[in-house]
Amino acid sequence: MPLNTNEITEGDFQIIGGNFTNAGEASMQMKAKLTELGIDEATIRRAAIATFEAEMNVIIYAAAGRLRYYITAHNITIKLEDMGPGIENIELAMQEGYSTAPDWVREMGWGAGMGLPNMKKNSDEFKIDSVVGEGTSVEMIINFS
Amino acid sequence: MTLKEIADLLEADVIADPEDLNITIKNACSADMMSAVLYYHTPDSLLITGLTQPHVIRTAEIAGIKSIVFVLDKKPGAEIIELAKQKKIPILFTRFCMYTASGKLYEAGLPGCLFK
Repeated sequence: MPLNTNEITEGDFQIIGGNFTNAGEASMQMKAKLTELGIDEATIRRAAIATFEAEMNVIIYAAAGRLRYYITAHNITIKLEDMGPGIENIELAMQEGYSTAPDWVREMGWGAGMGLPNMKKNSDEFKIDSVVGEGTSVEMIINFS
Repeated sequence: MTLKEIADLLEADVIADPEDLNITIKNACSADMMSAVLYYHTPDSLLITGLTQPHVIRTAEIAGIKSIVFVLDKKPGAEIIELAKQKKIPILFTRFCMYTASGKLYEAGLPGCLFK
């Protein structure tokens, strides 16, 4: 095990909507922490991809958000809460290829409608809640093998 | 296929440490949509793209992509090149378009990420 059973390693990041310049910084810092803890490469990649997609969603759609992670001996939990427009139809948003991103976002290489499906694909547990006009929260758990 | 062979096939300019030219690339994906890269890529692959934003380098790092080819002679800004150096991701520049660059590498035996 990379950590003592009761030990928890945490991270906490504020993400500013529209700030593409620093996009991915939280995910990369989390990835570096998992690498430092000796987690296997495939698991790190899953966690990093899921977190990066979540981070990009805040940057693209929300005014701001908070990303926190908790690493135990058994898994990593990633929690993201944003102050964004919310998602009207979560079922539709989970479909591959469905996107409400405007053209300028697509021109920057995002908004392919793969973000939420990719977050779910890379997580062992995935929860999403959203209130239109208030924001969206996502919780992802990735187990260590 | 080594990065040196890829650079030769694409007549590409390279920004990399000399030893990086010997790294082996197992497959490639061509995309401008970074979510598609994150969804479909496989590790140790080459990304062929026309997008020159900083998050291309970050996407490559997150996804474990070994190297990036920028097509149509597109040159990213100095800060992006510096980020690639920091992350030890070799970058190539080719005058060919994405279709032609992909075709040349596929024809030479470099498969796509999905093996389909």
